[in-house]
Amino acid sequence: MKKALEQKLGLVDMLEIKCPYCGDRSQNEFSYGGDATVKRPELNSEVNDLEWDSFVYYRDNPRGKHLELWHHISGCRQWFKVHRNTATHEIIQTLEMQEDL
Amino acid sequence: MAWRDPEPKKEYDAVIIGGGGHGLATAYYLAKNYGIKNVAILEKGWIGGGNIGRNTTILRSNYLHDANNLFYDHGMQMWKDLSQELNYNVMYSPRGILNLAHSDAQMNAYSRRGNSMRLNGIDASLIGREEVKKMIPFADFTENARFPIFGGLLQPIGGTARHDAVAWGYARAADDLGVDIIQHCEVNGFDIDDGKVSGVQTSRGNIKTKKVGLCVAGSTSILAEKLNMTLPIEAHVLQACVSEPVKPMLDGVVTFGAGHFYCSQSDKGEMVMGGDLDGYNSYAQRGNLPTIQHVLTEGVALFPNLSRLKVLRTWGGIMDMSMDGSPIIDRTHIDGVYLNCGWCYGGFKATPVSGLTFAHTIATNEPHKLSLPFKLDRFHTGHLLDEKGLGTKTWIS
Ligand SMILES: Cc1cc2nc3c(=O)[nH]c(=O)nc-3n(C[C@H](O)[C@H](O)[C@H](O)COP(=O)(O)OP(=O)(O)OC[C@H]3O[C@@H](n4cnc5c(N)ncnc54)[C@H](O)[C@@H]3O)c2cc1C
Ligand SMILES: [Zn+2]
Repeated sequence: MKKALEQKLGLVDMLEIKCPYCGDRSQNEFSYGGDATVKRPELNSEVNDLEWDSFVYYRDNPRGKHLELWHHISGCRQWFKVHRNTATHEIIQTLEMQEDL
Repeated sequence: MAWRDPEPKKEYDAVIIGGGGHGLATAYYLAKNYGIKNVAILEKGWIGGGNIGRNTTILRSNYLHDANNLFYDHGMQMWKDLSQELNYNVMYSPRGILNLAHSDAQMNAYSRRGNSMRLNGIDASLIGREEVKKMIPFADFTENARFPIFGGLLQPIGGTARHDAVAWGYARAADDLGVDIIQHCEVNGFDIDDGKVSGVQTSRGNIKTKKVGLCVAGSTSILAEKLNMTLPIEAHVLQACVSEPVKPMLDGVVTFGAGHFYCSQSDKGEMVMGGDLDGYNSYAQRGNLPTIQHVLTEGVALFPNLSRLKVLRTWGGIMDMSMDGSPIIDRTHIDGVYLNCGWCYGGFKATPVSGLTFAHTIATNEPHKLSLPFKLDRFHTGHLLDEKGLGTKTWIS
């Protein structure tokens, strides 16, 4: 309870991330993979430059809730999604790669 | 007071959003060089409360690409006279910046970068281990150092300046020329008619204007969204820290080449240290301990005596990380709206030249020749300026 509140208020010294496979682990075990909502254009379809550039370079970059990729690199080495608040660092939920919010 | 505290007028010839270094400098040059004096700077907090007051004050122009070298070195020339120009001591100190190399490959890379600087008329020298030892004898020169020092690239006119003096100096000088500095005034929206801007909506009412310059650094995407723009930018937190003050030990700026750590000593004697971004999208002006620990571990690997010092304070600021690591200074698809952003963690040194070139863009509606390579459409034309070849993982850079 106290921990959850501290995390909500951004008072924690370190993120604690719940890997969907290993449970709560310290931030030190993970590496970041960026915005999880960016979609690569469909394979074998006509892609114009604008669509391609948007995929590669352009980001919504929200202040607030952000769905992002993390990699449990010093643990089970699985990629997964984290729903996190970029203004408070509160972690709302973690999901497996195939799951959606 | 060094500047007035005016009520916002109903209308201005130009409105600059953001009272950081770049906004203040832009307004100053608009008034001074282009005679546009009916200008307001709208700042949601207080001037100097953003990154301009949070950075580690390193000035340099030691780049590889011509565009970056020419732009930042023009800035370095401006620093030389800035105290006279503003009649405010910005404590510019060309104490030299030394990038350390820890392998032959890194020495080769630095020699290439140094040659590129010299081809652009910027003084640089590649120095060997023995010379480095004379400059920073307390670095780890032992046999078993984990990252032995091979030498380094020195830019003699690199150095530091007093960050908030830069904000205050530009503020006072702009105010003298008639610019209204309006604090505690947050811009929440824009009035756009027919693809043209006609005003801004603020927490202190609506203000009419035909020209708006965005200088909001880490908050750029938030305002861009209100203009229906998505940008090649991510917000990340960068931390720095200072130690307790000690007697003079380091007279220049030194960067560690085997990781990301840099250090200088303030006039008060504190060791000023920084390094990596925290590494995930963030709008919180604070980071957390793993990054500080990582950065300081590198610091101790370089300067073992740092291990005996206490950290006095740490803080963070929000970086507008662009997807190629270079800034954006440009018009936008909306007539009268101009964009200045993407400074990553290196925008302090650019404060004068950014203000100069952005003022030019706003006043003439044309890019300045120095900032021509920093146009937004480079992400579509492919003319990226990726200094380090890092690609779009902004959090790694
Ligand atoms: C820890 C750290 C170390 C750094 N070290 C260096 C260094 O050694 N060398 C270097 O060159 N650079 C360095 N930088 C980067 C440099 O500080 C920035 O690139 C630069 O200051 C950004 O420009 P600015 O000064 O205009 O930004 P800011 O000072 O952040 O100004 C932007 C202003 O916009 C205001 N604002 C935002 N939204 C709104 C709104 N809606 N309405 C009104 N106002 C708004 C903010 O309150 C803020 O005051 C460092 C940054 C940090 C955080
Ligand atoms: Zn795991």
